[in-house]
Amino acid sequence: MNTDDGYITEDGRKIGGVVMEMKNITLRFGGVTAIQDITFDIREGEIRAIIGPNGAGKSSMLNVVSGFYVPQEGEVFFRGEKRPPLKPFEVARQGIARTFQNIALFEGMSVLDNVMTGRLTQMNSGFISQALWRGKAEREEIENREICERVIDFLEIQPIRKTPVSRLPYGLKKRVELARALASEPKLLLLDEPMAGMNVEEKEDMSRFILDVNDEFGTTIALIEHDMGVVMDLSDRVVVMDYGKKIGDGTPSDIRNNQAVIDAYLGVSHD
Amino acid sequence: MPDQLIYAIEVFLNGLMAGVLYALVALGFVLIYKASGIFNYAQGVMALFAAMTLVGVMEGQIPFAHLINAILGTEIHHFGWHLPALLGILLTMIVMIILAWLVQRIIFKHLVGQEPIILFMATIGLAYFMEGLGDMMWGANIKKLDVGLPQGINLWIDETTYNIFDYGFFIDNLDIVASIIAAILVGVLVMFAQYTKEGRAMRAVADDHQAALSVGVSLNFIWIMVWSVAGFVALVAGIMWGTKSGVQFSLSLIALKALPVLMLGGFTSIPGAIIGGLIIGVGEKLFEFLVGPLIGGATENWFAYVLALLLLVFRPQGLFGEKIIERV
Repeated sequence: MNTDDGYITEDGRKIGGVVMEMKNITLRFGGVTAIQDITFDIREGEIRAIIGPNGAGKSSMLNVVSGFYVPQEGEVFFRGEKRPPLKPFEVARQGIARTFQNIALFEGMSVLDNVMTGRLTQMNSGFISQALWRGKAEREEIENREICERVIDFLEIQPIRKTPVSRLPYGLKKRVELARALASEPKLLLLDEPMAGMNVEEKEDMSRFILDVNDEFGTTIALIEHDMGVVMDLSDRVVVMDYGKKIGDGTPSDIRNNQAVIDAYLGVSHD
Repeated sequence: MPDQLIYAIEVFLNGLMAGVLYALVALGFVLIYKASGIFNYAQGVMALFAAMTLVGVMEGQIPFAHLINAILGTEIHHFGWHLPALLGILLTMIVMIILAWLVQRIIFKHLVGQEPIILFMATIGLAYFMEGLGDMMWGANIKKLDVGLPQGINLWIDETTYNIFDYGFFIDNLDIVASIIAAILVGVLVMFAQYTKEGRAMRAVADDHQAALSVGVSLNFIWIMVWSVAGFVALVAGIMWGTKSGVQFSLSLIALKALPVLMLGGFTSIPGAIIGGLIIGVGEKLFEFLVGPLIGGATENWFAYVLALLLLVFRPQGLFGEKIIERV
C-alpha cells in the first residue's frame, strides 16, 4: 500500500494513502475513444467524484474501475499492486462494490435476500457444512445476517426487509442497491449516479446516507453525479471529464474556479 | 364403497407416482432454464446417457470398445469387474460433471447473449451428439439396469387394502421408492437453493446477470454447476425409468412428457414442476380410467398435451409462472 501522507479535507477530515490509482487509461469502442489518457487516484476514506457533461466518459471510467470494461492502454493499481485485467466478479471479490446507473437488483428476491447476496464474496465455509448447517457455516450465516441487518438499519429500510424488490418505488430501489454494496464491507464503493431521477427530498436523503456511510464506516467512495450542487457538497476531491479527457482535478473550490470546467459546462463562444 | 371408486383410488395413487417421475424430469429443465434462459432439449438424452453410463460403469464395460476394436483389430470388451451400485452412481456423477463442464466450455461459453432460439438449437445439436456418443461408448443394445431397488407388487399395501376394501391395490415397490427418492431430491434442491452460498448465487444469476457479477458471482461457474445439478437429476430420472423399462433409446423420449408438465407448472418454478408433474400423472391415469373406455382407450398418449394446450389458451404463463406484465 502506498504510504504517502494523504491530506486534510476542507471540512477537516484526514484522508489516507492511495487506494486506487488509474494511470494513463485509454478506452476505445471501435473507432470511438471513450476515455483518453486519464490519470487519477482515489485515496483512503475520501469521497471522490467524477463529473462531466453527458457523454464525457464518466460511466465508462467507473466501468473500468469495476472491471466491466478492460482499457486498451494504461495501468490500474489497487492497494499498491498492479491489477491484471480481471473479470467483474473477480474485481468484486477484491473488495470493490458498485451500484448501477439503471439499478441492477435481483427483482424476484426480497430486500433482505438482495442485501445478503452482498455477503457472497465474504462466505467461505464448505459446501457440506452449509448443507448440514453446522459449525462454521452456522456461525458465518449468523454473522452475515447481523452485518446485513446493521446495514439495513443504517439505511432505514427495516420496514421493507421482506418486500420483494420488484414492488418497491425507484428511490427505495436505489437505497437497497446501496445496502447490497455496503453489505460486502467494500474497500472501495463505486456509485454510478446514485441520485439520478430522484426528487429533491430523495436526493437529500441519499446525500445524507452517502456522507454517513463515509463517516461511520470510513468507506472510500467514488461516485458519478450530474447534479453539480450535490457533488460540490459531498465530495472531497473532484475529477472533471469532457469528451473523454480530464480537464480538471482538485477540491470542489478548485473546480469552481477552473476556467476549463466552466467552459465545458457553460459552453464557450467561438467568435 | 362402490367398486368403481376403489379402483379410482388405486388409479389415482399410481398416477401420483408416475407424476413424481415426470416432475423429476421437468425439474432438470427448470433448473437450467431459470439460471441461463436455455431450454435444454437434451435433458431427456442426458437421462439416457446417464443411465447407459451407469450400466456400463457397473458392468465394467470398456467405453468405445467397438470403436477401439474396429480400428486396432483387438477384441476387448470388459474390464472384468462388477462395481457396487453406489460406486457406479458416484463415478457416473463424475462423468456428468465433466460433461457439464465440457458443454459450458465448448458450447455455451461462446453463445452468451445469443437469441433463445439459437441456444435452443444448440441443445438440439447437443441431444443428437450425446445420443451418438452414448451409443459409441456403451453400444446401442437394450440394457438391464439393476441398482438394487425393490421391484414388484408391494404386499403390505396389497394385504392392507384387501382387508379394508376387499380388493388389493397393485402398487409397485419401485414406484414407491422412486416417489420417496424424488421427494427427497426436491427437498434437497430447494434447501440448496435457499440456504447455501452456491444456491444464493444461483438464484442471483437466474435473476440478473449484471447484478450477479457485481456481487462477485462467476456466471461461468454457476452455469457449470447448474448443468451438473441437471445432470444429477437426469441420472436419478435415468435410474428410475431405466430400472422400470430397461435402458434404451425410448428413455430419451420421457423428456417430451416433461413438456406439458412445464407448460402447466411454468418454466421458472420448481414447485410448479412438481405440482405440474403430479397433475399430469394423476390426470392422464384417471382420464384413461374414466373416459378411456368410452372412446377406445390409449388416451395416455395425448391427454397431457391436450391439457397443456388448453392451459396455454387460458393461462399462458402456466399455473405458477410469473405473470407477464409489460410496462408501456
